[in-house]
Amino acid sequence: MTAETPHSPTADGAVPANHPRNPGIALDLAMFEGHAVNRSGAERRAASLVSRRTVKKEYQAAWLVNAIRCIDLTTLAGDDTEGRVKRLCAKARQPLAPRIMEGLGLDALTTGAVCVYPTMVPHAVRALRGSGIPVASVATGFPAGLMPLRLRLEEIRYAVDEGADEIDIVITREHALRADWSALYDEVAAMREACGAAHLKAILATGDLQTLRNVYSASMVAMQAGADFIKTSTGKEGVNATLPVSLIMLRALRDYGDATGHRIGFKPAGGMKSSKDALNWQFLMNEEMGRDWLEPDLFRLGASSMLADIERQLEHHVTGRYAASSHHAIA
Amino acid sequence: MTTIKDILKTMDYGPATEDAAIANEWLARNVAGFGHFIGGAFTKPSETFAVQNPATGGAIARVSQGTAADVDAAVKAARAAQPKWAALLGHERARYLYALARHVQQHARLLAVLETMDNGKPIRESRDIDIPLVVRHFYHHAGWAEILADEFPGAVPHGVCGQVIPWNFPLLMLAWKVAPALAAGNTVVLKPAEYTPLTALAFAEIAREVGLPAGVLNIVTGDGETGAAITGHEGVDKVAFTGSTEVGRIIRRQIAGSGKALTLELGGKSPFIVFADADLDAAVEGVVDAIWFNQGQVCCAGSRILVAESVAGRFEDLLRRRMKTLRTGDPLDKSTDIGAIVHPVQLQRIRDLVAQGAADGATLHQGTAPEGCFFPPTLAIAEPASILSTEEIFGPVVTLTTFRTPEDAVALANNTRYGLAASVWSENVNLCLDIAAKVKAGVVWVNSTNLFDAGAGFGGYRESGFGREGGREGMGAYLTTPAPKARPEVLTALDPLPATTAGGAIDRTAKNYIGGKQARPDGGYSYNVAGVGMAGVGSRKDIRNAVEAAHKASGWGAQTGHNRAQVLYFLAENLSARAAEFTERLRSFGQSGAAAKAEVDASIRRIFWYAAQADKFDGAVHQTKSAHVTLAMHEPLGVVGVLCPVAAPLLGLVSLVLPAIAMGNRVVAVPSQTHPLAATDLYQVLDTSDVPGGVVNIVTGERDLLAKTLAEHDDVDALWYFGTPEGRKMVEAASAGNLKQTWCGPGGIDWAAAQGKTFLSRATQVKNIWVPYGE
Repeated sequence: MTAETPHSPTADGAVPANHPRNPGIALDLAMFEGHAVNRSGAERRAASLVSRRTVKKEYQAAWLVNAIRCIDLTTLAGDDTEGRVKRLCAKARQPLAPRIMEGLGLDALTTGAVCVYPTMVPHAVRALRGSGIPVASVATGFPAGLMPLRLRLEEIRYAVDEGADEIDIVITREHALRADWSALYDEVAAMREACGAAHLKAILATGDLQTLRNVYSASMVAMQAGADFIKTSTGKEGVNATLPVSLIMLRALRDYGDATGHRIGFKPAGGMKSSKDALNWQFLMNEEMGRDWLEPDLFRLGASSMLADIERQLEHHVTGRYAASSHHAIA
Repeated sequence: MTTIKDILKTMDYGPATEDAAIANEWLARNVAGFGHFIGGAFTKPSETFAVQNPATGGAIARVSQGTAADVDAAVKAARAAQPKWAALLGHERARYLYALARHVQQHARLLAVLETMDNGKPIRESRDIDIPLVVRHFYHHAGWAEILADEFPGAVPHGVCGQVIPWNFPLLMLAWKVAPALAAGNTVVLKPAEYTPLTALAFAEIAREVGLPAGVLNIVTGDGETGAAITGHEGVDKVAFTGSTEVGRIIRRQIAGSGKALTLELGGKSPFIVFADADLDAAVEGVVDAIWFNQGQVCCAGSRILVAESVAGRFEDLLRRRMKTLRTGDPLDKSTDIGAIVHPVQLQRIRDLVAQGAADGATLHQGTAPEGCFFPPTLAIAEPASILSTEEIFGPVVTLTTFRTPEDAVALANNTRYGLAASVWSENVNLCLDIAAKVKAGVVWVNSTNLFDAGAGFGGYRESGFGREGGREGMGAYLTTPAPKARPEVLTALDPLPATTAGGAIDRTAKNYIGGKQARPDGGYSYNVAGVGMAGVGSRKDIRNAVEAAHKASGWGAQTGHNRAQVLYFLAENLSARAAEFTERLRSFGQSGAAAKAEVDASIRRIFWYAAQADKFDGAVHQTKSAHVTLAMHEPLGVVGVLCPVAAPLLGLVSLVLPAIAMGNRVVAVPSQTHPLAATDLYQVLDTSDVPGGVVNIVTGERDLLAKTLAEHDDVDALWYFGTPEGRKMVEAASAGNLKQTWCGPGGIDWAAAQGKTFLSRATQVKNIWVPYGE
């Protein structure tokens, strides 16, 4: 199978749709410089898209279950401890209470990954052993990324050595804001190299980039430098994942795919808390990119509290009664 | 039952059908059929016909076919209620309109579901677009009612309004008609479209619920015959119609000479212009919102994509990919993008046009649509000559044509008989506004499409009709000024035979004045002017030449108001210098010296007044949506035919020609038939005052004959006629050909008082330009 050949991945994910990995291409400014992005247009599309699609009853339940499959269950706090990470991993292994699983007629379900700080990676690796759930680690001086490049690359290698399967890097916003695209390209390419076999998710911190033109350009440079995923936010910027920003990143992703044949994943992160958010972002993926981008190898939701709301909704689906969080295991 | 595991494989959306139980209950309660709503109560149903749900083909209700007697009863009820309604304080009417807004909001879902069942439009649209705009319209006009006396001093309502609305936005079109009419103090007889009468009937119940006084709003259902009975009823003072250009023309002829005010909102074939530097993805979504909104059954739908050749390939590729994700089907399903075509008759019409276009060489790309009254989203790669590019299809069919340069784009955009709307896509604001200014359309959306708001005017140029709905200009269409007293005009026949006496001085020959030059009448005849000289007998060909000259002078409209003012002040200055001569000329027509002097003085003052207005009667920035600038720009109409009264040979001409040219129009004027020589004297003054050739053209002769030629002329944009009732009737009927706007009145009014903003409003049309912003 080549990357140019479309295929239909199955829910059991026999063939990851983003294989082979994006090797990147040489920096090509013509692919983004002067590319027009109209904010009002993006906002209108984002607003109408979520009112154009809806799912009900068992379809809604299935779409919420699918969202769980795509969640990078995340803890990125200063007070993270081994115990906290173990608890999170337990939830990733069993995101829904057994009675809800039974009610839904499901026998296996995990989140897409667990996402932690580098020093928490060993705890996560231990806790997830045998589950098949990948461990993602933020790195490169998360969240600001303003550490010497040497140290940031070292941090990546540390996390990979500790067993991280995926590395969520942050770009140097200064490069994007100064339109120093070759510096950004070189940085991400070096990080990709440091990742080795681990997949690289490039966090653009779109809240800092502000304009959608910057978002499009930074997305394109990150992909040209070999990112496997592009990701909106650290969760620490003033504005995190929004639908208009996500829309523009997906268009960059599509344009990169049109030009190179490589399939890139997308991860919105930060600020998404509700089941409604989980559905909206999936509608966006399905409408703009198609079915393949509803699979965890091409789509992740970076969220921590969203799962609790989804679990409540699914319990309601199963029992017909509104649920209380206290009845569900805490993440 | 589909298991969750199955769904996880396909990730289908599954069905998400809106619950229609309440709407069905409402229909069940009225299963015996609906009567008309007249004088605050429903009549017994009679001569009922079935109303279909186009998505299922099933009958969902029966409504009554309105007869002439029903219409008469409705008009009588409206007439009886009108004085008391108009006599209420604005605040009191505002309270009723506010209540209507509130109650529509309270019944929003019932109305949305009903609209979707009746019309076939997706529930998303009726729920998120139609009904919210209805509510907004009533709130907005509650506001106008409140402040009417302050904002429109001296204005009065027309009286009884006869309104006929289309089936594409049934309740929204009702709101556009009813809200301003009631705010102004008019009462209403409205006929909803025969395909879609249900929300109007539900609205009648809401009117009853809020306690709207009986007779203020009357709803009569029925077909075109019922509509004709309303528009033609002698008790109706103002006719407002939204629908096809064909029917608009019929109404124009039907009520010609009746004295009824008329606004028409008709068809369109609106261009959707995509420049190379546009956000192509945003423009693709624009196409979706333009032509795949309401199944393309939208008068202002962007139905002609004009795309820069340099990006046409990529744009078409993106558009065709986007078409694949459009879902056509059950309108009550919340995930449906394109619903049912309103009626099988319309579906057949779309099919026929598309088949003909394909046979003539257009390349079609189509999405899918289920069996039944549905049509798939269709992209036709077509040349401007294709029937798909020229005919209003009123379906989900868009053409795509390439252009080379901005000039090319404008030429293609304006290559249509219509002028309703346009959409312009570019990231270059200079380019966008340049194109917005050059496109002949009443509404221009920059980097957007199909944006509506009660605060902005909506309406067309050319054969898309005249009059505006929404905004201040829309409110003005439901108000009038009390008619001035007029003496009947005496029009004597021309005498082209040699006179018995001639003057003693060197003979002066008054000619026509065309394109800045004196021109002998083409026919070679002259007529005697009340014993003081001769004037040319202008003919069809003189009118033709004058109109051509007027078109060549289009640069006048592009000049600054200041420049036009300078020229007009100079005109006044030069007329003043020759005041004695003009006074003498008027005296020779038999006026007293004092009257002649007064007329010349008034003319000079009038020229000053319009010179002063040339750079002041400007537009507005409307309050619509956040992060949008909505510019209401006053534009000249173009070439205006001016048929002058017999009375006030100088002042009558000045009163009409000056507001027209001050606003940038060019004029073909036929001066007082009895005393044309004051006008022909004036062309020397025009010459010396630097009025560019072609801005004012003067053709003397038999007024009403020349009026007919002007009225029938397809390249004349507006006609002002002040003369006899017979002449008015003729002018209004003959103008139906290109639906030019007409302004007619009696010739025998007090011309000394004929000045004001009304004249300037008549001399302009409003173009609303929507510019969203944000980076």
